[in-house]
Amino acid sequence: MPEKIIAGKTVNVDDEGYLVDYKEWTEEMALEIARAEGIEELTDRHLLVINFMRAEFEANGTGPSIRRLNKKSGVPTKELYQLFPGGPAKKAARIAGITKPQGCV
Amino acid sequence: MSNTQEPISRVSIICAKGGLDEVYPALILANGARMEGIEATLFFTFFGMKAVMKATYENLKVATVGNSALNLAMPMMKMPVTIPFPTLIGAIPGVSSLSTWMMKREMEELDIPPVGEFLEMISDAGAGIFACKLAMDMFKLTRDDLIPQVEGVLTVGEFYAKSAGASIIFT
Repeated sequence: MPEKIIAGKTVNVDDEGYLVDYKEWTEEMALEIARAEGIEELTDRHLLVINFMRAEFEANGTGPSIRRLNKKSGVPTKELYQLFPGGPAKKAARIAGITKPQGCV
Repeated sequence: MSNTQEPISRVSIICAKGGLDEVYPALILANGARMEGIEATLFFTFFGMKAVMKATYENLKVATVGNSALNLAMPMMKMPVTIPFPTLIGAIPGVSSLSTWMMKREMEELDIPPVGEFLEMISDAGAGIFACKLAMDMFKLTRDDLIPQVEGVLTVGEFYAKSAGASIIFT
């Protein structure tokens, strides 16, 4: 299992760079991962999505689909794509420190 | 995952059939492309037009006649997949509606949205949704007959122009 230093902390990541244990995540890490993904600042809307993803993961063991994300977090699909350009579910999952979402929708 | 091939950056998906089970693959591929950050164009033609017509998009059906793979739906009724689904049974009034209802229920459980909501989602995700000019003429349709998510009506030539550099997928 590869190790990576994110925001000064050594964590385990999978081959694609997703955190293996979401409990190792900190908010400082989120910003560092986001910047590596090309998102310079995390706004309240980003954090709303990230915290929702973490809550979903804690409850269900997997990240939500975009539809669920949209319906339960109240962030519209259009905005999700603006907040996380180039694939909201995966990018948000990566920044939120949860494993890669497995769904097709 | 390492991949030495060039990743796909654009897709153009053609939906030419209008059964519920025939429209979903196109919708799932288009939405899935956007989820991966792949540019997507979704082109409806021929009977696929049914999915983007105001009058019909909410009432797409599963064909229960001449659908030799329909026994795949048997497990939805807690029956083994080996039980055949004869065309004669499929022809009984109501069977297509029942199959459609069952399939929709199953999809809702898997968090797959209904056609209208799915098209809205795909459009909001930044994919372009288009309809075929020839099919419009053939089925006597006007722009007003189509749902608002349809961005425009294209000729075949325009479709190809829009698909420059894209992988074209026919469903």
